[in-house]
Amino acid sequence: MTFAMDASLVTPIVSASIVAGTPLVIAALGELVTEKSGVLNLGVEGMMAIGAVTGFVAAQHSGSTIIGVLAAMVAGAASALAFAILVLDLTANQVASGLALAIFGVGLAAFAGKPYESVVLPPVRALPIPLLADIPLLGPALFDQQWLVYFSWALCAGVAWFLYRSRAGLVLRAVGESPASAHAVGYRVIRIRYFATMFGGAMAGIAGAFLSLFYTPMWSEGLVAGRGWIALALVVFGTWRPLRVLVGAYLFGGVLIAQLFVQGSGLPLEIPPQLLSSLPYIATVAVLVIISRNPNTIRLNSPVSLGQPYRPDA
Amino acid sequence: MPLRFEARAEASARMRYGSPLVAVLLTVAGGLVLFILLGRNPLHGFRVFFYDPVKDLYGVSELLLKATPLMLIATGLAVGFRANVWNIGAEGQFLMGAVAATGVALMFHDSTSMLVLPAMLVAGAIGGAAWAAIPAFLKTRCNTSEILVSLMLVYVAQFVVSWVVFGPWKDPQGFNFPQTVMFADSALLPVLIPGTRLTVAFLIAIAALVAGHFFMTRSYAGFQMQVTGQAEAAANYAGFSGPRTVWIGLVAGGALAGVAGMSEVAGPMGQLTDHASSGYGFAAIIVAFVGRLSALGIFFASLLMALLYMGGEQAQQHLNLPPAIGQVFQGMLLFFLLGADVFVNYRLRRSRAAP
Repeated sequence: MTFAMDASLVTPIVSASIVAGTPLVIAALGELVTEKSGVLNLGVEGMMAIGAVTGFVAAQHSGSTIIGVLAAMVAGAASALAFAILVLDLTANQVASGLALAIFGVGLAAFAGKPYESVVLPPVRALPIPLLADIPLLGPALFDQQWLVYFSWALCAGVAWFLYRSRAGLVLRAVGESPASAHAVGYRVIRIRYFATMFGGAMAGIAGAFLSLFYTPMWSEGLVAGRGWIALALVVFGTWRPLRVLVGAYLFGGVLIAQLFVQGSGLPLEIPPQLLSSLPYIATVAVLVIISRNPNTIRLNSPVSLGQPYRPDA
Repeated sequence: MPLRFEARAEASARMRYGSPLVAVLLTVAGGLVLFILLGRNPLHGFRVFFYDPVKDLYGVSELLLKATPLMLIATGLAVGFRANVWNIGAEGQFLMGAVAATGVALMFHDSTSMLVLPAMLVAGAIGGAAWAAIPAFLKTRCNTSEILVSLMLVYVAQFVVSWVVFGPWKDPQGFNFPQTVMFADSALLPVLIPGTRLTVAFLIAIAALVAGHFFMTRSYAGFQMQVTGQAEAAANYAGFSGPRTVWIGLVAGGALAGVAGMSEVAGPMGQLTDHASSGYGFAAIIVAFVGRLSALGIFFASLLMALLYMGGEQAQQHLNLPPAIGQVFQGMLLFFLLGADVFVNYRLRRSRAAP
């Protein structure tokens, strides 16, 4: 396969992988914060679908992408709030409630988005960063992107700083590791978990808006296509570390792009296109296996109280 | 704050069965709000949604037809859910069961043997169970989350279906549509009531419900799974095998989902098409929860969910609303149920003076 050696392809492939990985970065970083507080929200897929539709509708009516993204953020946070009320105040099972949110969100998005299925919005233009974008090969791949891509980097840095360098992040992690101790010291466990869960929802909403406003830019029923679930897997893959999540998301973006690239290349390969299309999902399973095989990897890195309900019985 | 939750000394049995009813009432209330927001007459909406689909015998038979795969899948899922084995990839297992059964039907297309259908049934069960065995194997061997693996395999199964109907199994006379030939009569399930589409698969579903009931309440393996779900430490201390629980939970769900897939291709569909994925695998998760993981509960919950499916179709025809409104109702139902469940373990008390 000599085409892989062609340097002129490096820029578009790296660039496209980053774009494909960006919604995963944003959604997974949001979920990472949620999980660090001890809450497992499996509803990312549903929140992304709700965000995608809301963002699209808002952008279409207002004519502004920013308003679309903000609306998606609010919608994602609102759907996470519904989940948070269930699992935090009503102590419902987190797995079941997350599934409910995933099913409900996908259904609601399909319902609300039906009238907008044939509408196409103008694509969001790339925003080249002066000087940096002129670096040969990687410059245009990294620094000639749409603004939400830059946002995702800032988000990664911000989440890493927050969790490991700020006092509030320390408290959040304490709540995730041992809610009873955090409560005993005087922190409001439930309130902190509410914030963390809604932050996760807001990011999932933005990730959805990235799909419907920046990536395609249109809405269709199957738009999210399991990316919410892949984002959940990425948090495990990144062992709850922001930077590893970012790298993992770009690897996935690379897999997504590679299969599209091979399908579109017209190479005389005897590979059914369906096999290529299923590669990202098979790759998700493969990385989960690699990461989880050593039980200590998960035990040492995952928040101890993840998924367990907690009620301070004051 | 005048009201607060207070933990009950023991779980309320009355609320355990009362909360699904509360959830149904809240869903109806939610539907009322939804119809008003959409500018539709709620009474007309409810009529279209809940009455018109079942106003005659044919409607009732269609309701049972749609409830059949839900009952089958939910029965299998409940086995796993009771032991905290979260198989959420039943949709994929359903599809692989359909593919396996289709393989048998096509292989014996010219046969008129009575054995074709039983062979398809077995193939469907094996196809679904094999697909569920992947997360079971990875969970027990590599500690991999069965939630994510079973779900990822749904997408892979959809591509498998797409591949066979676009490729090797495509009907050569099908005008290039992505579908297999129509099955021979010997590969179609007999119809239960003449003039309807309801097949004997309904009876299989009832049998599965009964078998599931006895497995969970009367068998030692079922008891072990219950204990694992309620107190894992106790199960470990008693020496119950964790891996075995995972295997039983996933394979039971997979096999029954596969049977459901077989009953669809050998029943109302009569062939395998690119649109075999119907969402039953996901809806059955709701059925299992709303049915309290019990046989009788699953029976009624699957009827209710089937009604919501049909209501969604009716709403499309008569109210000009997208059929996904059925899914919205289904999701609302599960949400409200999970919320209402708080009253099983807690009760509202007027709080005394602030502590």
